[in-house]
Amino acid sequence: MHPAFSVIFFTTCSGAGYGLLGMMGILGAAGMLPADRWMGLAGLFFALALVSVGLLASTFHLGRPERAWRALTQWKSSWLAREGVMAVMTYIPAGLLGLGWIWFEDTTGPWAVAGVVSAILAWITVICTAMIYKSLRTIHQWHNDWTVPSYLLLSVMSGAVLMSVLIHLFGVENDYIQGLTVVTLALGWGLKTMYWSFNKRSKGLSTVNSAIGIDAAGDVSVLELPHTSANYLMKEMGYKVAQKHADKLRVISHLTGFALPLVFSALAMFVSGYAALACVVLAWALCSLGIIVERWLFFAEAKHSVNLYYGATSV
Amino acid sequence: MTSLPSHTNKKLGLVIDLDTCVGCHACATNCKEWNTGGHSAPLPDFNPYGAEPDGVWFNRVHSFEVKRGDRPNLTINFPRSCLHCDNAECVTVCPTGASYKRSEDGIVLVNTDKCIGCKLCSWACPYGAREFDTDEGVMKKCTLCIDRIYNENLEPEDRQPACVLTCPTGARHFGDLNDPESEVSQLTAARHGRDLMPELGYKPTNKYLPPRARKVDSVDVGAPEELEPFKADGFLGWLDNVLSK
Repeated sequence: MHPAFSVIFFTTCSGAGYGLLGMMGILGAAGMLPADRWMGLAGLFFALALVSVGLLASTFHLGRPERAWRALTQWKSSWLAREGVMAVMTYIPAGLLGLGWIWFEDTTGPWAVAGVVSAILAWITVICTAMIYKSLRTIHQWHNDWTVPSYLLLSVMSGAVLMSVLIHLFGVENDYIQGLTVVTLALGWGLKTMYWSFNKRSKGLSTVNSAIGIDAAGDVSVLELPHTSANYLMKEMGYKVAQKHADKLRVISHLTGFALPLVFSALAMFVSGYAALACVVLAWALCSLGIIVERWLFFAEAKHSVNLYYGATSV
Repeated sequence: MTSLPSHTNKKLGLVIDLDTCVGCHACATNCKEWNTGGHSAPLPDFNPYGAEPDGVWFNRVHSFEVKRGDRPNLTINFPRSCLHCDNAECVTVCPTGASYKRSEDGIVLVNTDKCIGCKLCSWACPYGAREFDTDEGVMKKCTLCIDRIYNENLEPEDRQPACVLTCPTGARHFGDLNDPESEVSQLTAARHGRDLMPELGYKPTNKYLPPRARKVDSVDVGAPEELEPFKADGFLGWLDNVLSK
C-alpha cells in the first residue's frame, strides 16, 4: 500500500496523543500526578494538540475535505465512521478533566471519573483506528489478530514516553510511572517483533489462480497489462518496498523505536536532574522517529490482493 | 445507510466467458465511451496522448499466460470490472453513506455527491473495481450501466450494459443471477462458472466461465501427415537431374 504521509502522521501523532490522554486520565484519577494547574494544562494541552493535529492531518488525504463531517454518519457499519465519532466524543470527558484539573485544581471525585472515561474513550478511538485496517480482508498483513493489540499498545507506549518527559519537566519524578514507561516499551517491542515475524512467515490465501478463477490449471503469469502506464490501483495499492530497504528500516525501527528508548528510559531511573531529563527527552525523540518508521513499514509492506492482477503470484 | 440489504430481489450481473474472450478491449472502450457521459460522468483522462496517460476506467482487460507442463501454454484474456458482490465490503466500510448496494437489483453504486474521497472502499475491494477520480476528488466505479438497462428511451434489445452489447465474440452475458431459469444462471451451471477469490468471502455476483478443455492433438482428417517427394521421369526427370547438378 502507498505509505501516504498524512495517514502515517495521523496514526502516529494522534496515537501518541491518545496514549498521553489515557495516561493523564488514569494517573490523574489515581492521584499519582499533582493536581496542579500547570501540570494539567501542559499534559492535556499537549495530548489534545497531538490528537487534533493528527485528526486534521487525516482530512488532508481526502478528495473532498469539506465534506469530512459526513464521515461521522455511518457508525453502524463503518469502522472509519466509528473512529470519527469516538474521536469527537473523547473531547467531552477530556474537556471536563481539563476543567477540573486546570480551573479547580482537583482530580478527585467526578473529575477522576472524567479522567477514567477520557482514558477509556481514547483507547477505544485507537482500537477503532486499528479496526479500519484489521477489517480489510484484502490485506493479509493487516487482517490478523496482531493489528489491534499492536496499535493500542504502541499508542499507550508513545503516551508513556511523553508522560516521562512531562514528569521530569515538572520535577515530579515517580519510579512507578517511569517503570510503567519501561514496561510498555518492552511489551511494545515484543509485540511488534512478533507481529513482524508473523507477517514474514505467513501470506494470504489468494493466489493469481484464484484471482482469475482458474485454480489448479497451471502456473499463471502476466502476458500483457491492460494499460501502458500506472493507473490509480497501481499507484495506491501497488507500492513495493525492496526487501533490503525494508530490512534496514526495520533495524532502524527496532533500535530507535524500542531498544534505545528502553535503555534511556531505564537509565532515567538511576540518574537525576538534567541527566534524567536528557534521558527521557532522548527516549521520546528516538521513539517518535522509530514509530514513524514502524508506521511507514506498516503501510509499505502491506500487499493488497489487487496486485495479483498486476504480476504478484501471492500476497 | 452503508449497511448491506439483507436480501436483494434480483442479482443483476455479468457472466464472462474466458474461453471466447479474445482480449480486444472493445468492452473496456465502449464502457469508457458510454460512462464518460453516463451516471458517473465524466471519467477523467489525464495526458491522454502523452507518454503516461492516466484516467478512470471501469473495465480493464488483462492477459495472462498459463504454463501447463508439456501441454501448450494457454492465453487467458481476463476482463476485470465490478462484481457487484453480495457481501460488498466496499459498501460497509464507507463512512459517509456514499457507497450503497441496491436492494431491488443488487447493483453497487457510489453517490458522488456524498463521497469524501477517503479511498477506503478501494482498499476494501479485492478486485480493484474502484478507481479514484483525482479531478473530482471522489471514487468511481462500474454502474452495470444502470442508465442503459432501465432506459426506456432505448430499444428493449439495447437495454444491456455497454460492454455486453459491444463484445464481438459474445463473451459477455448480462442477466439476473438470482433467477435459476435465466440464461446467465443456466450458462453458469452448464459451464461451471467461478467466483473470483471465493476464499475472501465477498460472494461476487459476476461469474467467470473457465476455458474449455483444449484438444492436445489435431483431428485425424485422413490426409497423410507428410507429403511424399515427387519423382519425375522423362523430360522432367532429365531437367531435374541437370538442375540438381
